[in-house]
Amino acid sequence: MGGTLLIDASPEASPPLSRVATSGAHGEDSPYFAGWKSYEENPYDAVSNPSGVIQMGLAENQVSFDLLEGYLREHPEAAAWGGAGAGSGVASFRDNALFQDYHGLKAFRKAMASFMEKIRGGKARFHPDRIVLTAGATASNELLTFILANPGDALLIPTPYYPGFDRDLRWRTGVNIVPVHCDSANGFQVTVAALQAAYEEATAAGMRVRGVLLTNPSNPLGTTVKRSVLEDVLDFVAHKNIHLISDEIYSGSVFAAPDLVSVAELVESRARRGDIGIAERVHIVYSLSKDLGLPGFRVGVVYSYNDAVVTTARRMSSFTLVSSQTQKTLAAMLSDAAFADAYIRTNRERLRERHDHIVAGLARAGVPCLRGNTGLFVWMDMRRLLGEATVAGELRLWDRMLHEVKLNISPGSSCHCSESGWFRVCFANMSLATLDVALARMSRFMESWNKETTTKQEQH
Amino acid sequence: MACNVELLSKIAAGDGHGENSSYFDGWKAYDMDSFDLHHNPKGVIQMGLAENQMSLDLIEEWSMNHPEASICTVHGASHFKRIANFQDYHGLPEFRQAMAKFMGQVRGGKATFDPDRILMSGGATGAQDTLAFCLANPGEAYLVPTPYYPAFDRDCCWRSGVKLLPIECHSSNDFTLTKEALVAAYDDARSKGIRVKGILITNPSNPLGTIMDRGTLAMLATFATDHRVHLICDEIYAGTVFAQPEFVSIAEVIERDVPGCNKDLIHIVYSLSKDFGFPGFRVGVIYSYNDAVVACARKMSSFGLVSSQTQYFLAKMLSDEEFMGRFLRESARRLAARHERFTSGLREVGIGCLRGNAGLFSWMDLRGMLHEKTPQAELELWRVIIHKVKLNVSPGTSFHCSEPGWFRVCHANMDDETMEVALDRIRRFVRQHQHQKAKAERWAAMGQLRLSMPRRGGAAASHLALSSPMALLSPQSPMVHAAS
Repeated sequence: MGGTLLIDASPEASPPLSRVATSGAHGEDSPYFAGWKSYEENPYDAVSNPSGVIQMGLAENQVSFDLLEGYLREHPEAAAWGGAGAGSGVASFRDNALFQDYHGLKAFRKAMASFMEKIRGGKARFHPDRIVLTAGATASNELLTFILANPGDALLIPTPYYPGFDRDLRWRTGVNIVPVHCDSANGFQVTVAALQAAYEEATAAGMRVRGVLLTNPSNPLGTTVKRSVLEDVLDFVAHKNIHLISDEIYSGSVFAAPDLVSVAELVESRARRGDIGIAERVHIVYSLSKDLGLPGFRVGVVYSYNDAVVTTARRMSSFTLVSSQTQKTLAAMLSDAAFADAYIRTNRERLRERHDHIVAGLARAGVPCLRGNTGLFVWMDMRRLLGEATVAGELRLWDRMLHEVKLNISPGSSCHCSESGWFRVCFANMSLATLDVALARMSRFMESWNKETTTKQEQH
Repeated sequence: MACNVELLSKIAAGDGHGENSSYFDGWKAYDMDSFDLHHNPKGVIQMGLAENQMSLDLIEEWSMNHPEASICTVHGASHFKRIANFQDYHGLPEFRQAMAKFMGQVRGGKATFDPDRILMSGGATGAQDTLAFCLANPGEAYLVPTPYYPAFDRDCCWRSGVKLLPIECHSSNDFTLTKEALVAAYDDARSKGIRVKGILITNPSNPLGTIMDRGTLAMLATFATDHRVHLICDEIYAGTVFAQPEFVSIAEVIERDVPGCNKDLIHIVYSLSKDFGFPGFRVGVIYSYNDAVVACARKMSSFGLVSSQTQYFLAKMLSDEEFMGRFLRESARRLAARHERFTSGLREVGIGCLRGNAGLFSWMDLRGMLHEKTPQAELELWRVIIHKVKLNVSPGTSFHCSEPGWFRVCHANMDDETMEVALDRIRRFVRQHQHQKAKAERWAAMGQLRLSMPRRGGAAASHLALSSPMALLSPQSPMVHAAS
């Protein structure tokens, strides 16, 4: 490769890059990414590398691919292009390849709207004209941040939260994240007191708070947000005159009670009660990366009840549109109501089975989890294994998990959890056989940990 | 209820999105009354959209013959899971390799590209936005030769806060970028306390349809090195060169002509939207010779990755070297024929175009039709062309051209019959204008009091008022095209 690394070169050799480029806010120096490196250097393979690191840090949904593949087999027209003048109603290659309208393919937006409605059991309606398409939730979240906040402003985010937010919301936007601390005393649910404390902390630091960002269902907790908490958050943003971004990327993965309560449902119920002002503050992010297991296709959504936000987001989506080829393929699939219903139902069942399997396996090994009802991961409680209840203690345990047990799991500190000892463990990105290998390793680790602890106790 | 939560960010509330320009009036006219050869033969013909529709049939045929290139067909299905799951911001290795090879092929093998320096972005639009974030801080500037692609104002500036400062070019030397003009622009910025971080060129040029000569490219690379500023080369039209002289890429110049230049300053933007006619597929590429920029832009590509389904398809197609060679040759032949037909049609009525050998448009010289040499007169003429002649062409002022009277006219986005209709309309309009001008001159010579401007149709006058494009946006309006 030609050229020298600018950052190390003398400042006179070349002009520096931007402050954005040289900051560390891309987030890749966090431990979240160090685990990746270990995995990449020594990845588990049942046949060729059975003692390698098992990837449990990647929230991917690989349990339902066969359903998508089956659909495409039975509906070849979803992928095919009609010939010119074929009269089949199928868009020609030419028309599809030329289509770059940032409104997006109407058929695709309608399909997304209907899919989002089905996921919520019809408890909320989505209008296709409020759907703005982006190349993934990563892009959607950054876009909304550019639109709702100025550099130096703050977004309040309940902890623990998805580590990628540190990059997606802050890096190029210059916006700050102020954590809203949650803890296990109440199952990590957000409280008004915590929101208020975060708001005051931001204000005291001279930051103007622009909004609250919730992930519902939660990553990394694997739980849905309670209706009463959502109502409290809506009241809070109304009172403070700020926005609410609800990242509902996991909305299709709720597999047990309680049902998902989407902020969309509450906006509608408030409107029926005469509170129409709240809608302008509410913006929903969605994507097909988790529910459909299609992260490679880069399909994200910004859904806003605020016309100015929709217009601006649509214009800004020019930087990050969805490939028309992909829009066309998925429009056909998602507007097939029978397929969509069957997929949602089957996917949920399979996730529930996986979830129950890992929870039972961990319980047998003596490791409890937060009681979860959604998502592609569990929030595992290893607090009693910590030498000291600190981040350092947690990272030492994590290091053992990575290098001794050879499981790449995500330490709670990378999710900004204020309580040490929690870990996010993904279960849907591997075969059942691999999951069982991971569980067996956990069992053995816990056995030896128990022995170590008992030995230490006996020595006292 | 009065609530200022509608108060959005400065970026959102401002007009950096670029859609408030009067340039959008042409789009409105087209949207409301779109030409169709059979159903609306008197409608407005779209000549403001730099799309390449000339050779899509070749790609379509290839796609039919290669069902294995689609992961959704039975031939490609075995790859579906792997590809659909693939979100690595490095991109599919086979895609990067194929793209690197293709970029070399487009440049006639005179430059080679390293697949590891290829980064993805949401089209060239996303590439410029990303590069601006990497190379410059808010308030710093790029110098850009005029005339230039209007959407650079949005792409490079809207979110990044970077400024664009013009380097004025003139018809007296066919709008060639001179060192004098570059130095003048650079010094002017410095005198105003603005820090210049980069020079942005488009080669082949939009809207000129010309390529930059080797000497100018070498001058730029040297200037960049001497002054420690970045050189960003948008080569999105590299594959649309249809006549001599041969295209010279900055990639070639820095290897052969100025090997001592600082390669850390050189960055190329590319896309498949123009060469292939695939704007819908959103395939943008940043190619940088600077390792730190590669690392940074790669991370930023998370915000605008190319769909893996599309990467897979293109990896197959671009690596079919035989087909690609055939495609490039045939595409160039068709573009040349279309260009020749259009420019010779204009010559018949005495309208000249800048001599071009690339791109999907011609830079048409209507200076002789302006009643005075001002931007206002140009816009007035433009409105006549839109509303009376019913052609949506792009006025030079929208490209920041310092000389009024030039228009960019796209002609690769239509079939032959439509082209003939457009030419016919232009010829009739020009003849009518010449006739009226001659009449006016005769009357003036006879000493009668007359308006000095040629008479325009009454209908046109009512359209002279500026209307707010914001109010005119219909939900179906493909506004994203407007700045192409």
